[in-house]
Amino acid sequence: MSEHIVPVRVYATIFLILLVGTALTVWAAFMDFPWRLNTIVALTIATVKATFVVLYFMHVRYSARLVWVIIISALFWMAILFAFTFADYVTRDWLSLQIG
Amino acid sequence: MPFVANEKFMQPIESFEVPAPPKVNYINAQYGLKSWLLTKDHKRIALLYLGSITFFFFIGGIYALMIRLELLTPQGDFLQSATYNKVFTQHGIIMIFFFLIPSIPATLGNFLIPMMIGAKDLAFPRINLLSWYIYLLGGVITIYALLAGGVDTGWTFYTPYSTTFSNSYVVATGLGIFINGFSSILTGLNFIVTIHTMRAPGMTWFRMPLFLWSHYATSLIMILGTPVIAITILLLAFERVAKVGIFNPALGGDPVLFQHLFWFYSHPAVYIMVLPSMGVISELVANFSRKNIFGYSFVAFSSLAIAVFGFLVWGHHLFVTPQSVYAGMIFSFLSFAVAIPSAIKVFNWTATLYKSSISYDTPMLYALGFIGLFTVGGMTGLFLASLAVDVHLSDTYFVVAHFHYIMVGGALMGYLGGLHYWWPKITGRMYPEGWGRFSALVIYVGFNLTFLPQFVAGYLGMPRRYHAYPPEFQVFNVLSTAGASILGFGMLIPAIYFVWSMRYGRHADANPWHLPGLEWRTQSPPPTENFEVTPIVTWDAYEFAPREETEVVGKFRPELERT
Amino acid sequence: MSHAATEHVHGHPALQHHFENMEQQREAGTLGMWVFLVTEIMFFGGMFLAYSLYRWKYPAAFASASNHLDIWLGAFNTGVLILSSFTMALAVYFTQIGKQRPQVLCLVLTLVLGLTFLGVKGVEYHDKYEDSLIPGQLIPGRPFGPKVLKHGEPEDHHKLDLQEGATLGQVEMFYWIYFAMTGMHALHMIIGAGLLTYLLIFSIKRRFGPEYHSPVEVIGLYWHFVDIVWIFLFPLLYLLGRHVGHVS
Repeated sequence: MSEHIVPVRVYATIFLILLVGTALTVWAAFMDFPWRLNTIVALTIATVKATFVVLYFMHVRYSARLVWVIIISALFWMAILFAFTFADYVTRDWLSLQIG
Repeated sequence: MPFVANEKFMQPIESFEVPAPPKVNYINAQYGLKSWLLTKDHKRIALLYLGSITFFFFIGGIYALMIRLELLTPQGDFLQSATYNKVFTQHGIIMIFFFLIPSIPATLGNFLIPMMIGAKDLAFPRINLLSWYIYLLGGVITIYALLAGGVDTGWTFYTPYSTTFSNSYVVATGLGIFINGFSSILTGLNFIVTIHTMRAPGMTWFRMPLFLWSHYATSLIMILGTPVIAITILLLAFERVAKVGIFNPALGGDPVLFQHLFWFYSHPAVYIMVLPSMGVISELVANFSRKNIFGYSFVAFSSLAIAVFGFLVWGHHLFVTPQSVYAGMIFSFLSFAVAIPSAIKVFNWTATLYKSSISYDTPMLYALGFIGLFTVGGMTGLFLASLAVDVHLSDTYFVVAHFHYIMVGGALMGYLGGLHYWWPKITGRMYPEGWGRFSALVIYVGFNLTFLPQFVAGYLGMPRRYHAYPPEFQVFNVLSTAGASILGFGMLIPAIYFVWSMRYGRHADANPWHLPGLEWRTQSPPPTENFEVTPIVTWDAYEFAPREETEVVGKFRPELERT
Repeated sequence: MSHAATEHVHGHPALQHHFENMEQQREAGTLGMWVFLVTEIMFFGGMFLAYSLYRWKYPAAFASASNHLDIWLGAFNTGVLILSSFTMALAVYFTQIGKQRPQVLCLVLTLVLGLTFLGVKGVEYHDKYEDSLIPGQLIPGRPFGPKVLKHGEPEDHHKLDLQEGATLGQVEMFYWIYFAMTGMHALHMIIGAGLLTYLLIFSIKRRFGPEYHSPVEVIGLYWHFVDIVWIFLFPLLYLLGRHVGHVS
């Protein structure tokens, strides 16, 4: 069988990382960072946590390239939905700004 | 050469031995209602879908008839305006969700995909059957909603009318469509996994028939787009029940957000409807002109390009909303771009026809009709993609004519052409060729008479979704209704002779058209397991002339193991 | 059904007739689940879009509303789900190496943790019901109508602390999205619990082992995905506005 069996040690390490990440994000939430950094920090920590789950718990690190393509495509498509919709909302006021 | 076991498949087409008349095939392998309703055979499931899709097509057709009868006269004298609103809404919902989207993938796709890749079935046969039951459940709920009183919001369900003001069965219909969406998702999932993992030895991606490429691209759209309409319908339903929600300005919401979410799916959905048909046309054009398709890779990649680009253009349905002008410009530009891969296909089909040996059988007539009518539909789409022109044409009959040229002149023609082409394989019987050609011509004439005047009426300003209109548009509407009658008559003829042929049609052998495709190398109708021996594929998809040794050397990829 | 050490002449008992071998079947099953997860990403994606849009438009209201959620219940639930992902991964591991008892134990733990999550969610939902924070007229007798903290009033966990610029309508919008997203997530967890029950029953019957564990793996993928959705939901819904204004 071409399958890779991930050792328990790895799973345990990832689990601890995830717990630390959760504690970190709760702590960071109470800190008052400038500008939009609070949001950026929170989303970064969440993304890192999710990446660990995907790579190790979901075995993607050891999976065929096709699985990587599938995941990246899904994220790309969600990005399309966000990008183009926000392109509308963010630029709606631009025209009136010129006139006013 | 290690192809000895494959000698049977290596022989020239003419000398390919026609197997003895089939004793056992997928139709007579088992008898009884249970063997059909609990089948796992993709071919039987395809027939189950064929029956139900035809049923919904007739219901949608009856609504169309009512629309055209009402529009015969400028006054609203046949239906009340509230009823008319329900009629065109339901015509759209039934035709789009219950006919066009499943039509080719669920019937021809289900039947042919395993055969074309040399597999015994799809990857998940039980999920395939489940998808049919889900389709039926969605259909039953929607029919209940129609009978209980109908829905009048337009198939587009725009808020705030659908969430707040409409007194019709929005939630029930929405539920039916939502459930039906899962049928679409499961079908797409099945096709993607099947094409990736179950191709016969030697069947590389670039030896696949183009029918498979377009179904693969269609499945990508189904997977990526359908979930978004699912959540949108749910949010709409919740908002209607809660009496307030995220599309409601009372809370600070934006009704246009609904339109963004709705069209994110519904625009790619039109490619779900037309891409499979394009796949059929590629098959028909190559096979009925006895010539390898011109520019195979370009046609294959253009299917993928349509799937990708189709997701980038939805804002062109929002040009006349408060959507930002700058976003509108981006969407307009991309809408022009999305026409390019479709045009590439049309050029390649035309180049295939050039200096080829065309036989004007019924399927070819439909294919030729498609090429012309789809081109008209596509080019009129460019008018609508142009921001300023769209302000004039939006919500007029120009739009109606445009999408009917694509959906009926395009998608439906491909469906009918494919049905005729593969009918002998599916049923083991030939349809009557004379009647086939006659009805194809009647449909072509009827179709053009119905929708060509609508371009003019729309351009001159006749709005859509109105049951009454100013008298100066009547001449166009009379022509249109006359055409619709002819179209309706033309479509009844195949309905009759297909049923007739199942009992009285001439028996067809394994390869009645004498073609090289893998599906023609097994008996008609096929046995349940499709092929007696798993084929090993060493030829290209449309290899009408055997390749010379010098061509093959160096180009040949010796990976006979499954990729 | 006993697990075979080698494939029989006719193939493994779990081999379906249309596949050539177990490897192809496993590959197809895994790929199928990943394609399904893509649909789930797009499904939740629509709601994440609505959330992002309105958060961008109404930051004060969203912060006020988010502050009213119980951050500790949310954090606890996050820990519960992460632990359940760990036990799920272990369940797959033990199936792969053929240790049936730890496999069953890990599946039981995963199920229990999932139900714990749902229980805590139920508590949270009940609190919202008590404070009349359920949007619109979803609860016919109890329309949206929370009590608002006035200036100078002492902190009250049941009253909403509205920041400057926030309107009640926008707060209601937040709660709409909160219930839609966590509700959808909870529904997926319930389905996951059902799938785990199926796995549990057949694990006890020794259906899965080193040569046939595809269902365990594939349902594991689903479970991890549901965990990932929550990994994003937690900061977006609970941690928004903690650094400004009052903390409840």
